[in-house]
Amino acid sequence: MKVRSNAPSLKGRIADAAPERFFWDRAARLCVNRLARGTGLGGRSAELAGRSVVVATSSQLTTALALIELDGVARRLTILPPDTAADHLGALIAGAEADAVVIDQDTPDHAAFDLPVRVVCAPAVVPAEQPSLPHVPTEWVLLTSGTSGVPKMAVHSLASLIAPIGAGQRRDGAVVWGTFYDIRRYGGLQIFLRAIVGGASLVLSSAGETVADHLARLGRCGVTHLSGTPSHWRRALMSPEIGKISPRYVRLSGEIADQAILDSLRAMFPEAGIGHAYASTEAGVAFEVDDGLAGFPADLLQHDRDGVALKLVDDALRIRSPRTAERYLGRQQAGLRDGDGFVDTGDMVERRGDRYGFVGRRGGIINVGGLKIHPEEIEAVINRHPQVRMSQVRPKQSPVTGAIVIADVVLKADCARTGGEQQQIKNGILQLCRDALPRHKVPAAISIVSALDVGATGKLARRYG
Amino acid sequence: MSMKLTIMDMMRQIAREHGKTLAPLGDDLVLLDSGLDSLGFAVLVARLEDTLGIDPFTAAEDAVFPLTLGDFVKVYESAQQRAVA
Repeated sequence: MKVRSNAPSLKGRIADAAPERFFWDRAARLCVNRLARGTGLGGRSAELAGRSVVVATSSQLTTALALIELDGVARRLTILPPDTAADHLGALIAGAEADAVVIDQDTPDHAAFDLPVRVVCAPAVVPAEQPSLPHVPTEWVLLTSGTSGVPKMAVHSLASLIAPIGAGQRRDGAVVWGTFYDIRRYGGLQIFLRAIVGGASLVLSSAGETVADHLARLGRCGVTHLSGTPSHWRRALMSPEIGKISPRYVRLSGEIADQAILDSLRAMFPEAGIGHAYASTEAGVAFEVDDGLAGFPADLLQHDRDGVALKLVDDALRIRSPRTAERYLGRQQAGLRDGDGFVDTGDMVERRGDRYGFVGRRGGIINVGGLKIHPEEIEAVINRHPQVRMSQVRPKQSPVTGAIVIADVVLKADCARTGGEQQQIKNGILQLCRDALPRHKVPAAISIVSALDVGATGKLARRYG
Repeated sequence: MSMKLTIMDMMRQIAREHGKTLAPLGDDLVLLDSGLDSLGFAVLVARLEDTLGIDPFTAAEDAVFPLTLGDFVKVYESAQQRAVA
């Protein structure tokens, strides 16, 4: 995909004489329009011109300011999500060939951030003279959550990122977007860009804020359009504060939306438009479904829409569109698109009447709250337990909690064990997992079974995640 | 042990495992204010299924989103009655 270098940069888009609009987080409210004649980077954007910049800001508000100021200025912007593991920083910074970093006052210090240029972004805009810099078609690098090791680095352009945003968005400033999803990941970044392109305000989440406080704040800011994963929405529906918001548009993305969550949101917000988007970091937004039903209409596979083509290969969905990432950075040079330019999503679908429904992930990958988990990584830890013969980690769907991780475990030696002994072994396995794995990968429950299903290939038979 | 005590006991255990501090448990406690996060609840639901053999949330025709601990206990009590009946 060729980047149009004459497309206005993000800063150009906010400099329009649009009505005032604001970005909020828990601590601050910023009038974004002031960036047209101001800076959050201490007026140092010229030092970052043409550089490969890692955005390692700790808050979403400073991330937003840095992205607006540096799009069209930096050669490459690599956005670190909040949960980036410290021991991956070196590899990510090398992969990005970064020579500059933007931090904020709360970014933890790390030797990997010792780069030639280091700029601190403040959560405030101060007036500053605007340097005259040549326009650079900035590469946007987003990290995927699909790998157990160092995340993959998917390269987008501003053009591929904003391609899904309809031209029909209202520009009257009446829209206030909110996102439960962090803007440093693809799904949240889409909402940030929608706010900018559509001339809207945006309410960001803040680390450590309770669901109740966040919902109350969304209500006070008058949110009209609100986006999150099905897991975010399930959590919101369990809060009495949900009554404080009345969005006109409710959006789900990042995980597969099931009928239960769509129905629950319909019952809660009878007047709102409710849409679920199918998107991934690599494939971009492929389509949005707004008929209130889970899955997607089968005719999406027959006709290209807005330049988006879908096809199935061995029941897995592949997507070709101007919205997909261009390539991976670093070690994984190849492999993002197939010979025909399609991105393999790894999501398995099944036809039911005139619709397709999602039945899980190839390879048993489990999606917990938008984070992808490889079962093998967890099984490897469980199998270290001296009493364990083999184990299989599988997802369990629950309309209330989303997918959770369950481990089926076969114990060594067939001697019968008392319930108490079994409990002790389960506790030991859980302790091993807690010591070795991040919280979301620790199985919610361990179930002791007598045998596991091994397929003809000699591998564990995995049902689709 | 009553359903309520079983659930409260398990909440305390999960809070310990996850290094969380629980709010004083009572019927009117809003679940999201209890100190367990969504992952904690996922674990709670899975362990209760392991212990009681029921998961009322998956079994339900319509998804129920309990707000308070009292609601949550009721969901399990009525599911257990259905299972026995």
